[in-house]
Amino acid sequence: MEKILECKNLTKIYTSGLVRTKSVVAVKNVTFDVKKGEIVALVGQSGSGKTTVAKMILRLIEPTSGQIIFEGENAFSYDKREYYRRIQAIVQDPYSAYNPFYKVDHVLEEIFSLYKNGPSPDERKEIIHSTLARIGINPEEILGRYPHQLSGGQLQRFLIARPLMINSELVVADEATSMLDASTRAGILNLLLSLKEIEKISVLFITHDIAQAQYVSDGVLIMQNGEIVEQGPSQEVFLHPSNPYTKELFDSVPQLHKKWEF
Amino acid sequence: MVDSGEVMGLAGESGCGKSTLAQLCSGSPNPLLHYESGKVLVNGFDIYKIDPEVFRTEVKACQMSYIPQASMDSLNPVKRIRDFIMDVMRERTNEKSLKEEVFKMAGDHLEELGLDRCVIDRYPHELSGGMKQRVVIGISTLYHPKLLMIDEPTSALDVTTQKLVIKSLLDLKKAGIIESMLFISHDITVLGELCDRCAVMYGGKIVEVASMDDITHKSLHPYTSALISSVVSYNPERMGKGGLKSIPGAPPDLRDPPPACRFHPRCEYAMDICQIKEPPLEAVKKQSHVACWLY
Repeated sequence: MEKILECKNLTKIYTSGLVRTKSVVAVKNVTFDVKKGEIVALVGQSGSGKTTVAKMILRLIEPTSGQIIFEGENAFSYDKREYYRRIQAIVQDPYSAYNPFYKVDHVLEEIFSLYKNGPSPDERKEIIHSTLARIGINPEEILGRYPHQLSGGQLQRFLIARPLMINSELVVADEATSMLDASTRAGILNLLLSLKEIEKISVLFITHDIAQAQYVSDGVLIMQNGEIVEQGPSQEVFLHPSNPYTKELFDSVPQLHKKWEF
Repeated sequence: MVDSGEVMGLAGESGCGKSTLAQLCSGSPNPLLHYESGKVLVNGFDIYKIDPEVFRTEVKACQMSYIPQASMDSLNPVKRIRDFIMDVMRERTNEKSLKEEVFKMAGDHLEELGLDRCVIDRYPHELSGGMKQRVVIGISTLYHPKLLMIDEPTSALDVTTQKLVIKSLLDLKKAGIIESMLFISHDITVLGELCDRCAVMYGGKIVEVASMDDITHKSLHPYTSALISSVVSYNPERMGKGGLKSIPGAPPDLRDPPPACRFHPRCEYAMDICQIKEPPLEAVKKQSHVACWLY
């Protein structure tokens, strides 16, 4: 399969202070790739550098060293508009992604500003309606409402329409389901899986929850203290973890049908 | 409802009233939330009837202890743990206790929780999240309460630390420091690791109470079964088989709850009676209570 995103020796060092500078190595020599139509899960504890990786891929911060290659070209050489047409993000807190003073439609209409000569207003309406129908939202029910009138699950599902509308190729989902309840979370995870199957969109799924990673992913990367300690196809890593840290991590996950032994 | 010597779980989605229930049981709800009616009996003390002074000195901390959500941030950042413990002691017993004695006792107690003795000389910012949580558990069990109510103690922690905290809680119970526990969590897989029995709440009402095994394997209420089938459980042997189901619809608005059974708009077995009359919480099997017209 074709590679859509490659990260090579990605490193990010945060420095603070003017005279006595302190530096924190947030991400160290991270190398991985995401193939077309694949869900790759990036798993790690809090503070392990997952979000820093996501921010660099989304060009929100610049890496200290290393390269991000998107579709064969350096990510930072793209025109920003074009880049964000092809890469989209879904964030953890759906409430903060909306402007509370605007109707929810605003967040979808905004995306046409990524085009210099976008579709006409009628075409825009048509695109919004057909996309919402594709992800199982009844447009009449939701369009024209304000964010506080909808539940977290509905808002998050609505945000997933954005990459679909402009046919993005990669979605970076940073803890996209962590704030949702179990009953709505399952719906979002299934939606991501169907995006992969039907629309062939690749997803970089960032999470601290190993159960969710196992459910959606084709490939998995385990991060600890800014480094990737284990990576491979999900089947292999989850069944036969080789790194001691990975083993300990998997052992501490509570399971529904099995009790821990102390 | 919680028997002595058992670990009871309380499960439910966010906004279903778990924490509200626990605050009411603790006897000192936050303002705006106030006691309306009903009874809370703790080892025979009706906590809303007895004199507040008796409640403060005899029931709180000695009979029961309540650890609210995010309580690991309740440690005073400018005080060492040992000074914080002294404050707590002074508040509970109006007498002066000897510093050395208190520190020795507190040190022993923290050691039972798997912490190092010297933790009591530290400031809160020097401790990690898991250590802080265990210090808070240690402080609230200083007087060996019979019942410990603990609200979402592990939801802010990583999985590895979560396991340690749960282990310390079970150790406390094994050592006989606490007798019973009410453990509140939205994560049903965590409850499954330590609870004997479990209550499931929906829309401000308890819909099912049963043993933990029955809840996970043979749940009776349609909401419980739907919740179980929507939980993403880690299981390496069942890779890529899918089969997660989400519950259609949204949780009820508690300012204007649906009439009668609160789950009927989302329930796949809803009958006519569900919209007219509220089902009572009835014993169906030994130890299993369920509020549903199906049974």
